[in-house]
Formats: sequence, structure tokens, C-alpha cells
Amino acid sequence: MSDDILVDIEELHFNYDGRPVLQGINMKIRRGQVVAIMGGSGCGKTTLLRCIGGQLKPTGGMVRLDRHRVCNMSHTELYDLRRKMGMLFQFGALFTDISVFDNVAFPLREHTDLSEAMIRDLVLMKLEAVGLRGAHALMPGELSGGMARRVALARAVALDPMLVMYDEPFAGLDPIALGVIGQLIRKLNDALGATSIMVTHDVHESLAIVDYIYFVSQGRIVAEGTPDEIRASEDPFVHQFVHAEVDGPVHFDYPAPSVVKEFLGGSARG
Amino acid sequence: MADLGSPFRKLGHLAVDRIWRLGFAVRFLFAVLRYSGASFRRLHLTLREIYFSGVLSLLIIMVSGLFVGLVLGLQGYEILQRFGSTEALGTLVALSLTRELGPVLAAIFFASRAGSSVTAEIGLMKATEQLKAMDMMAVNPIARVVAPRFWGGVISMPFLAALFSAMGVLGGWLIGVVFIGVDDGAYWSQMQSGVDFRYDIWNGVVKSFVFGFAVSLIAVFEGYDSVPTAEGVSRAITRTVVTSVLTVLALDFVLTSFMFRGTS
Repeated sequence: MSDDILVDIEELHFNYDGRPVLQGINMKIRRGQVVAIMGGSGCGKTTLLRCIGGQLKPTGGMVRLDRHRVCNMSHTELYDLRRKMGMLFQFGALFTDISVFDNVAFPLREHTDLSEAMIRDLVLMKLEAVGLRGAHALMPGELSGGMARRVALARAVALDPMLVMYDEPFAGLDPIALGVIGQLIRKLNDALGATSIMVTHDVHESLAIVDYIYFVSQGRIVAEGTPDEIRASEDPFVHQFVHAEVDGPVHFDYPAPSVVKEFLGGSARG
Repeated sequence: MADLGSPFRKLGHLAVDRIWRLGFAVRFLFAVLRYSGASFRRLHLTLREIYFSGVLSLLIIMVSGLFVGLVLGLQGYEILQRFGSTEALGTLVALSLTRELGPVLAAIFFASRAGSSVTAEIGLMKATEQLKAMDMMAVNPIARVVAPRFWGGVISMPFLAALFSAMGVLGGWLIGVVFIGVDDGAYWSQMQSGVDFRYDIWNGVVKSFVFGFAVSLIAVFEGYDSVPTAEGVSRAITRTVVTSVLTVLALDFVLTSFMFRGTS
């Protein structure tokens, strides 16, 4: 494995209740890149992110992070590795009983012996980076969705991680907040020298900020490439996804028996 | 045939599910005990929970203790009067409270007030992914969130039960001595001679400690194991109260049968 590769995934399989969710995923993510994992709902994107973070143990294959095999790690080793990782959850997952300042200070207080004065300076610097230094005294309940996501981002990068993972960072945001978060992800990644993996549905914002994109469908990688390659792609899946088309290989409707059989056959119960 | 087998199959599933859950609860208890050291090293976390579970429960415990004492005083006087031994009112009130009512009722009130709140807090933290976020930050949620709340409850419970009994004794005195006119000296002296520290009071303290352990474990487990939805958390809170009350009553029977066998 080259030193340049931070995350190396080989033939990753994951089953949930006997149902295959991931079926032979292969990925190599280089250091310093911002990578997007895209695909329809329920295709296995978030499961993939959780396998990389060690929250889920794959049923087959291997995840290497910074040359460590994530799947074989003990609890202590995993926690040592996670100190070098940051994660932004879909709705921020801020601790609701403590202030914005204390949320960002949380990982610093837990993992370092820094003085309170030093922690204060670091927290305010991180909040300044996301434009929320003035909101440090607010409680999470007083923040808008976009602000909460930015605070969570400041908390995720509080320990200057080597890898930051984003689970649907753009979900439920207005266009302005969406653009701000997108730019922050790119700028913070470059400023920290980190690597970012982003699970998202938002094609246009992602194409504007990422270095590489993987498309996942039914637990498999069906397409990949740089933003320019993706824009130019003639692959039916990529075309349907990028141009938000109704017709294509991805079906909108959940699998069901035929309408005639359902309404006249009397097989359904409800 | 399939219809005949269906209820048995459901019953079997239910039994397996309950046994599996019990096993998970025991493993959970071991995990809490294992990570308790880390939470005790940061004592402020446990002290904060003692404040939330114990200090903030004081009002309900003291007021309900007083009312239970008032009722015991009234009922006790009415019954003792039939036998011409109203001077034993103090002993009756104190023994009822220290042996049984203090630990049991305080544990039930504690489960309703603090236990349900602990379950709701942990359940909502789970539903809003706060526990997952903590885990991803390499902070063990059992050490950081669960263990302090568990020990906060265990430590608070004996003090709350003692206060409940003390307020009950005061309530009995208020109704018996002040309002009805039982002799003040007889009330306290009969109590002093009739209540044994090791046999009555210490056994009550042991009971309240055991109840605190059980109620706190149920509260943190139900929160941690709740389905992370609004309905799931609501069901978990209900289960905390119901399971705690039944467990306290069952444990009380077991403990009483070992502690009090008609000899002193």
C-alpha cells in the first residue's frame, strides 16, 4: 500500500440481517483529497462510512486506514485511531445540554491536557473558521440547522484530524447554508492538510468542491471519476443521477406486485 | 397447522427475546462496572448526577414521606387505640418506615422522578446520535454518560430513603402527638427502645442500596437500549417505571424473607 493512500478498501462486504448491503466495494482514497460517495437512499453509502470509521464490522473484505486494518483492531486501538478522525453527523449531533463553546471544547478536554486558556483560544479559532465565534455562548437549541452543522464541523476538526467524514452534510439546508458548508469543507480540508470523505445526495455542490466521486448502487460501486469525468460521463446511472432524471436504471418506486394483482387479487393487507 | 403453531411460535420468539435482553442487560452491567473507574476519576460527573437524581428529588421524597407519616400516624393510632397501646405509635411508625415503606416507596418515587428522566435523557441522546458522536470522538459513552448516571442513582438512593423515613416519623409525630395528643415522651422513648439500629435501620439501608442499584441499572439500560425514535424513547420511559416498580416490590419480598424472620 502506497504511503499516499490514506483509506484503502478491498472487496468490502457487509450484510444486515442476512441482506447484502455492501457487495465487494473497492476504493483507494489519497491523502489530501475530498472524496464524495454518492448514490440513492438505502444504497449503502452511510454503511460504507461506518465501516471506514470502525462503527460496523464488515462481513468480508478489508478496510485499511493509515495502514491500520480497522476491522481487526481492539477497542483501545480503534479509539486511538479515532482521535485522528473527525465525523460530521447528518444533523450535527451536538450535545444539547452544553453550549456551543463546550461542544467544540469537548474533544480537547477529553483528549488533551491543555489549560483552559489554551482550550479557549483553540475553540474560538475553530469557531472563527466556521464563522460562528460570536455564537460561542449560545446553546444548540438556539441555532439554525446550518449553524448547528457549522458548529459540528468546528467540533469535528477540533483535534486537527487526518480524516474527516461527513454524513449527508448538505441535508435539509437552504441554498446559502449549503454553499457555505460546501466551501468550508473544501477550505478546512486544505487548511488542515486533512482528507475528507463525504456521503451525499447533492450532486452539484459536490461536483464543485470534491476531487473524486464514487457512485454506489445496490452495495456496489457503479461509477467513479473526477468531477469533469462525471460531468462528461455517458454511463446511464451517472447520467440519471447528475441530471436528476426520472427514467433510468434507478427506479423511484419501491418494488411491489403489479397494480392489477394488488387491487383485484386482494393479496395485500393493510 | 400453520395457524395452530403461530401463537406458540410467537410465544417462543417472545421468550427468546426476553432471555436475550436479560443477557444483554447483564453484559451491560459488567460494562458499566468496568468503566466506572474512569467516571469516578472524574468525580464532578458523578457529583453532577447526584445533584440531578438525588438533590432535585428531595422535594417529592420529603413531601411524600411527610404525608405517608401523617397517614401512618392516623391509621396507627386508630388501630392501637383498640388495644389500649397508643403509646406504641412511635414504634409502629418508625418500624413501618425504616423496614419497609421508606426504602420501597422512596425507590418507587425515585424511579418515577429520576429514573424516567435518566432514561429519557440517554434515549434522546441515542436518538439524536449524540452517543454515536461521542463514540466517534473516541470517548466511551458508557464511561462518560451511563456510569456517572448509574452511580449517581445508587449513591443518592439510601440518603433519599433515610430522608423519607425521617419525614415520615416527623409526620407520625405531628399527627399523633401534636394533633391527637399522644404523649410526646412515650412516642420518642417507645421508638428508641423498639427500633434496633442493626436489625431495623441497617437492614433498611441495605434494602435502599439494593433498590437504588436495581432502579438505576434499569433506568440507564432502558435508555441505552431504547429504539432511537420518539415512540421508542417513550416506551423505554414507561418500561423503566413499570419494571422498576415490579423489581423493587419483588426484591423487597426476597430481602424481607432473608432479613426479618420473626426474631430480633
